[in-house]
Amino acid sequence: MLVDDFLAMSASRFPGKTAVICGDRRVTYGELDETSNRLAQALVAVGVRPGDRVAVLLDNSIETAICIFGALKAGGAFVVVNHTTKPKKLEFILNDCSASALIIGASQFDSHKAAVSRVGSLRCVVVCGGGRSSRSSSHGIIDLDRDLSSFPSLRPGNRSIDADLAALIYTSGSTGLPKGVAVSHLNVVSAATSITEYLESVADDVIINVLPLSFDYGLYQLLMSVKSGGTLVLEKSFAYPFTIVERIEQERVTGFPGVPTVFALLLQMRNLEPQRFDSVRYVTNTGACLPPAHIPRLKVLFRNAKIFSMYGLTECKRVSYLEPAELERRPTSVGKAMPNVQALVVDDAGEPVGPGVVGELVVRGSNVMMGYWNRTDETAKIVRPGRFPGDRVLHTGDLFTMDDDGFLYFVARRDDIIKSRGEKVSPREVENVILELAGIREAVVVGVDDPILGQSVKAFVVPAEGFGITEEDVIKHCASSLENFMVPRAIEFCSDLPRTTTGKPDLTALRGSAGLPGDRWE
Amino acid sequence: MTAARDIIKLFVLKTFPTDSPGAGIDYETSFVDAGIMDSMRVLELVEFLEGQFGITIKDSELVPGNLDSIRNICRYLESKGVTGADS
Repeated sequence: MLVDDFLAMSASRFPGKTAVICGDRRVTYGELDETSNRLAQALVAVGVRPGDRVAVLLDNSIETAICIFGALKAGGAFVVVNHTTKPKKLEFILNDCSASALIIGASQFDSHKAAVSRVGSLRCVVVCGGGRSSRSSSHGIIDLDRDLSSFPSLRPGNRSIDADLAALIYTSGSTGLPKGVAVSHLNVVSAATSITEYLESVADDVIINVLPLSFDYGLYQLLMSVKSGGTLVLEKSFAYPFTIVERIEQERVTGFPGVPTVFALLLQMRNLEPQRFDSVRYVTNTGACLPPAHIPRLKVLFRNAKIFSMYGLTECKRVSYLEPAELERRPTSVGKAMPNVQALVVDDAGEPVGPGVVGELVVRGSNVMMGYWNRTDETAKIVRPGRFPGDRVLHTGDLFTMDDDGFLYFVARRDDIIKSRGEKVSPREVENVILELAGIREAVVVGVDDPILGQSVKAFVVPAEGFGITEEDVIKHCASSLENFMVPRAIEFCSDLPRTTTGKPDLTALRGSAGLPGDRWE
Repeated sequence: MTAARDIIKLFVLKTFPTDSPGAGIDYETSFVDAGIMDSMRVLELVEFLEGQFGITIKDSELVPGNLDSIRNICRYLESKGVTGADS
C-alpha cells in the first residue's frame, strides 16, 4: 500500500464526506482527491519525476493537505517545512534535498524569492493565494488557485512502490544543521497502521489538529484521519485556546492530540466546563511526559476520553503507548511497544538489560526510517545492523528503564537536544545564529525547565566590549533566522562562562545557575 | 498622549520580532497569518494589555476577534471601557 492510497480509498468510499475543515472552509474526500490529482498532473507537467522532492512552505491549511497528496501522486516525496522558516534555512533545506518544486504561500513568496532563486535544482515554484501577475522568478510559476483547473483531474499513471521515498521530515540535529528524516511509503503506512490500530480509529472520528503539519505528530493526524476516512479539523495553531475549545464543541471532536504545553495551557483556563469536551473519546500526548499532576485534572476535563501517553521520535514516528487503563498506576511510563514494533532497553554491547537498569532504547520495525537524507555516516550511527540479514535496529539515543512488567520509562537523552513544546531544538543551531551577531564573543544555549513549555530555550551570552548589545538585540536577531519555537525566551549576559576541566562550557553549572537540575525533564 | 494603537504596535514589534517582509505589522494585519503569534505570546500579550490598560481579560475572550490584530485589540479595549482606544 502507498500513502496516497489512503486518500484514493477514502475518496472511493466517502466521496461526499468532509475530509478536512480549516477555518470556515470544508473540503470533501472527492474534492481533495480531485484537486490533488490536478496538482500531481501539474507537477509532472513541469518535470517532477518519480522520487523527486516537493517542498511545501505553507501553514496548516487545506492547500497543505492537497500538496502532500499531490506530491505523492506525482510519484514524488513531500517535504513540509515549518512555515515560519526563514529564507536562509529554507535555502539550506531546498539545496540539501535538491528539491525539484517548491509550493509556497503568496505572502511569503517575496521575502523568500532571493533565497529560492539560488536553488539550482528547482524546476517550478507553485504559489498559493493571491494573483501571480506581479511576480517574477527564474523558475516556472504555477498559481495554485488559478491554474490548477487546466490540468486533468485524473491521477497520473506513474505509480510508486512502497519501498519508494514518501517524505523527508526535517528535524533538528545535534550538529546544528537540520537533518532530513527519509521515510518510505512502507515506513509511513506501517506507523499509521499501528497507531490507528491502538487508537481504534474509525471513519466517524473527528480529529482536531493544532500541531504544525511540518511536525511529524501533526502530519500524521492528517495521514491517519484520511486513512480511516475521518474528518480532520485543522487549526493554524493553539494560539487562542478558547477558539479551540469552541471548535471541539461545535464539530463534536472525538480525537484530541496534544503535547504537554497544549494541555498545560488548557488547564490554566478558568471555569472550563467538562461538558464542552464530552464528544472527545481519546486524548493523546507525546513530545514529553505529561506532568503527573496534570493527569487527574485532564481526566476530569475529558471525562469520556481515554488518555494515551506515548513516546516516539521522528526517525520511526512512534515507538510505544501506555494503555489508558494503566495511566493511574504508572503515570510516568510511556507503556510498551505499539503493534508490529519491538522496543528493547540495551547496554553498550547491545544486550538487553534487566528490569530497573538504565540502557539505550532500541527499536525494530518497518516504521524505522530509511535514513537521514545525504548523511550516510550519521545514519550508520543511529540505524545499525540487527541479528538477521538486512535487519535494522534504530538506536534512539534515549536512555530508558523497563519495569518488571515490561513498561518503559524515559530517563534522559544522550545528546543535549532541547525539547520545547514537544519539538526538538538544537542548541548548536541557536548558538550559531547568536554568534553571527557582531559583538558576541561566546554563546551557550541550554534548555530550562518550564511549567508550560516543558523546556524553554535560554542563552548565556558573553558580549564583546564596546558593542552595547542588549537582550532585545539578541532576540530580534534570532527571530530573523530561526523558527519561533527556537528563539530564546531568556538571555543572560555574563563576563565569562563556567568551564569544565577540559575547558568546555559547563552545561550542568549553567543549568544550575538557571535554578534547575542538571538533567533535562521529559 | 500616545494612542492605544501606537502603544500596542510598539509592544508587538518589540516583543514579537520578525524579519518578515514589510515586517509590516499594519493596523489590520492578522498576527497568526503573519506567523508571529503562538500560545505563549498570547499570554504575554494578555499580561501586557491587563497591565497597561487596567483591564481583566476572561479566558472566553481569548479569541482572534479580540486579539489577533491591532485593530481587533483596539475595538476590544473600547468594549472593555478603555476610552479612545478605537479612535
